[in-house]
Amino acid sequence: MTAVSPSTGPRASSSTATEAQSPPRKRRDDTRVALMFIAPAALGLGVFLLWPLIRGIWLSFTDYNLLTPAEFVGLANYRRLIADPIFWDSMKTTVYYVVLNIGIQTVVAMIIALLMYRLTQSTLLRGLVLTPYLVSNVVAGLVWVWILDTQFGVGNQILSWLGIDPIGFFTDSAWAIPTIALVNVWRHMGYTALLIFAGLQTLPASVYEAARLDGAGEVRTFFSVTLPLLRPIMALVLIMTIIGSFQVFDTVAVTTAGGPANATNVLQLYIYDMAFDRFQFGYASAMSVGLLIVLGIITVIQYRLSRADTSDMG
Amino acid sequence: MSTTPVTPTDSVEPLTNPPERAEVRRRRKLPTPGKVLAWAVMIVILLITMLPFYWILRTALSTNPGLLSEPGSLTPPEFTTGAFERVLGMQSTDEALAEGGSGAELNFWRYLLNSVMVATLVTVCQVLFSAMAAYAFARLRWKGRDKVFALFLAGLMVPTVFTLLPNFVLIKQLGLIDTVLGIALPTMFMTPFAVFFLRQFFMGIPMEIEEAARLDGASRIGTFFKVILPLAASPIATLSILTYMTAWNDYFWPLMVSYTDSSRVLTVALGVFRAQSPQSGTDWAGLMAASLIAALPMFLLFMAFARRIVNSIGFSGIK
Repeated sequence: MTAVSPSTGPRASSSTATEAQSPPRKRRDDTRVALMFIAPAALGLGVFLLWPLIRGIWLSFTDYNLLTPAEFVGLANYRRLIADPIFWDSMKTTVYYVVLNIGIQTVVAMIIALLMYRLTQSTLLRGLVLTPYLVSNVVAGLVWVWILDTQFGVGNQILSWLGIDPIGFFTDSAWAIPTIALVNVWRHMGYTALLIFAGLQTLPASVYEAARLDGAGEVRTFFSVTLPLLRPIMALVLIMTIIGSFQVFDTVAVTTAGGPANATNVLQLYIYDMAFDRFQFGYASAMSVGLLIVLGIITVIQYRLSRADTSDMG
Repeated sequence: MSTTPVTPTDSVEPLTNPPERAEVRRRRKLPTPGKVLAWAVMIVILLITMLPFYWILRTALSTNPGLLSEPGSLTPPEFTTGAFERVLGMQSTDEALAEGGSGAELNFWRYLLNSVMVATLVTVCQVLFSAMAAYAFARLRWKGRDKVFALFLAGLMVPTVFTLLPNFVLIKQLGLIDTVLGIALPTMFMTPFAVFFLRQFFMGIPMEIEEAARLDGASRIGTFFKVILPLAASPIATLSILTYMTAWNDYFWPLMVSYTDSSRVLTVALGVFRAQSPQSGTDWAGLMAASLIAALPMFLLFMAFARRIVNSIGFSGIK
């Protein structure tokens, strides 16, 4: 996402340069048509994306409950945030979730992608792998709550056949976050695998030929050829999935609603709770800004890492 | 799939240790035990992927007392289509109670209609407006284009979740809380991704085609609708499907905006259904039946356009 290049080709950029110097050129200026074409999208961008961005940051410096006008309070919300143990707990919970979710998902997706790459190009198979991604987080969450129900779920039924005591997957505070992380791995692994698969297909076949001639085995080829070549793409995949993962809300909201005993109180849930149950929009906005900063830092770090030696591809 | 044969030279590989050896055999590609193992792993993954869907169906076709007495039965205990009838409002209260339903009215058709309205509104408007903007960026010459484009670029980096709270405040001020329009509005005009995705394709359309149309006297607007859009039908279809799915499956934003049945969409309704039933007496058959019906349109859409959707996943649009 961050790798979008703003260049529009030499023809276009040179023409804008000349237009900037002499605007009313008769030659070819589509400004009037262009304004018409761009108007709805620009309105959407301004009103529902850029303005909310500014407003969200502004609200984080205010005391606002939706009913009375927002009142500027300076850094009060941020001071409160730093001293709020629940905020830091939910930050920890979120990071724990992201580490589990992304760690497992990336490995599983890589395995699926490699298997598909090696075994078959079948669209049917790729379609099947993608199926969980078609259902909403809500449906995915509900299905697994039912399958893993402590008393009546088939998951625990299978465990009992194996002689294992029932596990409260969503009701035991030690299990809840790993379970939710796995539910989301289930939903997203196929999609992530297809992203990696698309990346694998861009790798030049010649390097595999060379590796084979050098007598490299499969594992060696994977770690010395595939993985380094795939690094820029993996970096992109990781940026996308990690940012998505930090925003986890739906699955938690329908499965545990933050419980048991705040064990799954992820950041988005706490923010939602603060805004819509306690009507503290100012403080909720400050926490949102906190998340925004975390996401920004992660993006920059990963972008740097992926750019560190792009010479891999050459 | 290439057919490069790999000779069995594992034994001479210098760095081989036991776990690596297992991997070596797993990804072997000739009809070796390795290939069999690879397929076995693939099948296990497919089972994990698909079995929950079977379980939804199996549960939806059972009665709740049956589900509780035979939790491990692979086929529906006490087979019935009652749960579907209950969800769709075609079952009497007595029957519903007998099968473990709550007996409460469930406005399923209303939620379905709301979901269709939101997803359709978002898709039609967002794709059209994004295409128009993409065309202006790809093909028109106008002052400030690069600056405006940079703004769209910046928009791409704003996590959606950050804009939800301020957008809620805005929608409330506009008096659109608890309306279908209020749910649709923020994503109706564009997403930066849609603009980039389409711009990429428009830039690939040969200039000559457009110029020929212009020489025939077509206006800019005429060229856009009669030449560019038909030529880009394929990416536009792909984008429309992806947009529809995203809008259909969205939960967080509609949860914020809708309070009553008048604007409640399916995802939110499912969450409410689940939250309102007591832990012990959840109507699982009904809930799974409702989940299945909620997911069905996406399955149908996917079956119709599977190849297109599967092939669209990659980096072409954003790289």
